[in-house]
Amino acid sequence: MLNKIYDWVDERLDITPIWRDIADHEVPEHVNPAHHFSAFVYCFGGLTFFVTVIQILSGMFLSMYYVPDIQNAWESVYYLQNHVAFGQIVRGMHHWGASLVIVMMFLHTLRVFFQGAYKKPRELNWVVGVLIFFVMLALGLTGYLLPWDMKALFATKVTIQIVESTPLIGEYLKILIAGDADIVGAQTITRFFAIHVFFLPAALFALMAAHFIMIRKQGISGPL
Amino acid sequence: MHRGKGMKFVGDSRVPAERKPNIPKDYSEYPGKTEAFWPNFLLKEWMVGAVFLIGFLCLTIAHQPPLEKIADPSDTAYIPLPDWYFLFLYQLLKYTYASGPYNAIGAFIIPGLAFGALLLAPFIDRGPERRPSKRPLATGFMLLALAGITFLTWESVAHHDWEAAAQQGKIVAEAEIDTTAEGYALLEANTCLSCHGTELQGAAGPALIDVELTPEEIKEVIQNGRGAMPGGLFAGTEEELDKLVEFIDSVESE
Repeated sequence: MLNKIYDWVDERLDITPIWRDIADHEVPEHVNPAHHFSAFVYCFGGLTFFVTVIQILSGMFLSMYYVPDIQNAWESVYYLQNHVAFGQIVRGMHHWGASLVIVMMFLHTLRVFFQGAYKKPRELNWVVGVLIFFVMLALGLTGYLLPWDMKALFATKVTIQIVESTPLIGEYLKILIAGDADIVGAQTITRFFAIHVFFLPAALFALMAAHFIMIRKQGISGPL
Repeated sequence: MHRGKGMKFVGDSRVPAERKPNIPKDYSEYPGKTEAFWPNFLLKEWMVGAVFLIGFLCLTIAHQPPLEKIADPSDTAYIPLPDWYFLFLYQLLKYTYASGPYNAIGAFIIPGLAFGALLLAPFIDRGPERRPSKRPLATGFMLLALAGITFLTWESVAHHDWEAAAQQGKIVAEAEIDTTAEGYALLEANTCLSCHGTELQGAAGPALIDVELTPEEIKEVIQNGRGAMPGGLFAGTEEELDKLVEFIDSVESE
């Protein structure tokens, strides 16, 4: 039955080459921890992706309860954490995952850097990878405000002061992200929410797609 | 893509009518040296992922994600702190020549140069050598950056008053206390308030708001003490004790 469905789709869309392309790329010995244990350093990129998937899934579940509003943001997080079944686990996964993704990405970056794996022909993939790093830091920064507790508000005020001190365009940048020239409040939280769940993930997905397509095109760099 | 004369297509589409067999490549040419991604290698990755996930879930169960009290913009004494991976940038801005009139150096020039160099590393370090020992400048600058980040994070953690930080953000239960009630007068008369606070918010002793004990258990604690609280402090009659217990039981936060 499944074979028939596959054949039916394949006849129309010729999906076999796509599938063979995903399944049939050899994994060289030097990146396989089953052959050399020291090859575990090649796991960090995959684990970064794994934690990113955890972040996306847990974030989707958090958004079922979270309300981006100065009255209800904190209340909704408090309710989620203390009254919703497994709410503490879901929020915990998102909270600790945010730290872990930075750790894993940092280790992945160091592995690629010290192995000189960014050299020709992989320059563009390195640039895209560093851009992913920046997007992740921005996700951490915007997500920190969303629970709307004391540390969120005051850390964000510091962030906005730093943004404001940008030469020439500081004032405009501040109004762009805070939504107001003086107040860090209702406008700020909706903006940070929109940036955190729509703008940055969209950028992240595009960059990750580019990252993976380039890896498949070029293959993993050879052993040192 | 194969193009040219004699090709047949499905209907009027561009999908070739000739079907390709869905057969894996033969990896036996280089035995032990390489293996197929699907399913051989992915299964191993899956197992690494499973072990990682177990550790991660243990972390989330063992450590509740922190939540401080609701943001209060009027609290001017609050000492802010960013998430740990921004601490090095935060610390940098505390140094004399990186803050105040020199703010641009600490906030833009130094981080800009560091992250800019990271972004453009392949165009700066252009030689063909890949071994870290064969490219001393790249390795040296990265080690220097790592040492700098570690030092700044360390300094930031060492200079932060973590106890005050835990206190300033604590969620405090507040309740409207009827100070004219008979129960409140009894608490006052029996020196309960000197430890539990005049608003029952807690001081040397714990808060008496939203006490989760049954009235019988409260009575038991008053008579026999618990933890640092000695028993026998209550000097009133049995009837007054009942009133006091009833009052404590009735205090709930909004």
